[in-house]
Amino acid sequence: MTAPAMNSTFRSGLSDGLTVMSRNLLKLKHQPGQIVATFAFPLVSVVLFGYVFGSAIPIPGGGNYREYLMPGLFVMGTVFGVMGALTVIAKDNGLGVMDRYRSMPMARSAVPFGQTASDLLVSAGSLVVMAACGLLFGWRAHNGIGATLGAFALLLLLQYAVSWVGVYLGALAKNEETAARIGPLIFPITMISNVFVPTEGMPAVLRTIADWNPVSSATIALRELFGNPGVPTGDLAWPLANPVLATAGWSVLLLAIFVPLAVRRFRNAGL
Amino acid sequence: MGTHTGEAIVLAEGLRKRFGETQALDGLDLAVPAGTVYGLLGPNGAGKSTAVRVFSTLTRPDEGTAVVAGHDVVRDPAAVRRRIGLAGQHAALDEQLTGRENLRIFGRLFHLGRAKARQRADELLERFQLAHAGDRLVKTYSGGMRRRLDLISSLIISPTVLFLDEPTTGLDPRSRNEIWDTVRDLVTDGTTVLLTTQYLDEADQLAQNIAVIDTGKVIAAGTPDELKARIGGRIDVVVSDNSDLGEAARALAVLASSGVDPDLDAERNLLSVPVGTESLALPDIVRQLDQAGVKAVDVGIRKPTLDEVFLTLTGKPATEDESEKEEVAR
Repeated sequence: MTAPAMNSTFRSGLSDGLTVMSRNLLKLKHQPGQIVATFAFPLVSVVLFGYVFGSAIPIPGGGNYREYLMPGLFVMGTVFGVMGALTVIAKDNGLGVMDRYRSMPMARSAVPFGQTASDLLVSAGSLVVMAACGLLFGWRAHNGIGATLGAFALLLLLQYAVSWVGVYLGALAKNEETAARIGPLIFPITMISNVFVPTEGMPAVLRTIADWNPVSSATIALRELFGNPGVPTGDLAWPLANPVLATAGWSVLLLAIFVPLAVRRFRNAGL
Repeated sequence: MGTHTGEAIVLAEGLRKRFGETQALDGLDLAVPAGTVYGLLGPNGAGKSTAVRVFSTLTRPDEGTAVVAGHDVVRDPAAVRRRIGLAGQHAALDEQLTGRENLRIFGRLFHLGRAKARQRADELLERFQLAHAGDRLVKTYSGGMRRRLDLISSLIISPTVLFLDEPTTGLDPRSRNEIWDTVRDLVTDGTTVLLTTQYLDEADQLAQNIAVIDTGKVIAAGTPDELKARIGGRIDVVVSDNSDLGEAARALAVLASSGVDPDLDAERNLLSVPVGTESLALPDIVRQLDQAGVKAVDVGIRKPTLDEVFLTLTGKPATEDESEKEEVAR
């Protein structure tokens, strides 16, 4: 392929990706319910986990349970973001929209790139809402603007990686029903971690899983960056001792695996 | 309308495609003349959809070649995609967007540019009588409207070849007629339409040429009249007294296709005579029965069903499932 041809391929791929992205955002406009749900999730979880669990769970080293909890809720919201991409892509597959796209002269990689881009924007919005809820209930970021922005940047990186996982799984799922069945599997992933309780008290096997769960390292990374309580000390598993690096590493690893898988899937599906 | 005897705009030679254990295409040959409606007729699992998926570059054949609008589907799929439209068995639309938004997005993905995509969306909605519903969410559309919008979505670039994979399966008769009208309309614009269907009736209504396909290859091809000439129909006569059945059969023997015995059903007083395809007039049949002194309660000329097409062409029912369903229905 010549350089100008490649250039124009790239440009049309980019514009197709933007079109797919704007299609997803346009849908939100027609679904006020979806927006309400996006807002309600952080609010409900802060109230539910912060006050219900928080009334009974003592924090190691003391401190406000809601301050302890917020970083984990940010991570949980981010990981649940996998469902967004998964549902949209699986539904499009079921309805034959993907087939139509593939019969059109558009870039086949536009769908995964456009989908993950719109996911990123939506999740940035919901992080803002979640942070506002947190502030309302007594959560604070104590380490200054740089560390706070760093924390959110790390979350968005993780979200982007998770969204690619969702796109790939969605492309595997043939329809919305299959996608819906994958949803509940995400719960254990977020629960077997240090989001709600420290991992020290867990049985050995579970503790190892929880320690190496990206959700745990991301939670510790946020606690560190926000200056919230619950950063463990002492003899720790590597990801917990180097949480920021571990979270970034996990995200890059997920991207390195799932971006090529998803792009290939969209290029070759049905062949 | 004049008959177009253009060269083949869709040309397939020896297409083979295997999915696991299933040989979906088993040496399919096809030549679709430009500017016509071509019907691919066959039961579920005959390979119709796989053929369309190969032509529309969604599936790569294991063997054989397919050239669509002058471009090889394997070697130059991008060129093919710029010249085709595809409407599948589902309404491939975004239910959470309005009809107009769906068309605009597809227009932009066809690289029309934002302004032209808007204009084309309005044009198409207007032309195909969906302008009134253009700003409603697709999830509020009826099944027929969705299919129509889906069909319109495949017309954004005025395709040279339009592939319709069972465009009316599951639609009520009125919606089916609307789709048929749209398809006829398109051909007057010069678009070549390749449609797959399970309904002989539909192929008969729309297509200038039909290929009957079974187990991944074409088992018969021709104009609807040519095919029907090979298949024939039936005359069904219900007599008031079943002792008249034999007499009725003898009376209609002159009309019956030779070598095929009529079916006598004494329980239902029913005589069913297989006939050739020369157009039969009801009065002729009644006159024959009358002359023989047979009191007929009901006389009907039955067009061949898809099952009969397959029985005749392949010597076996369309599919096991289909024939079982038929049994239950009876």
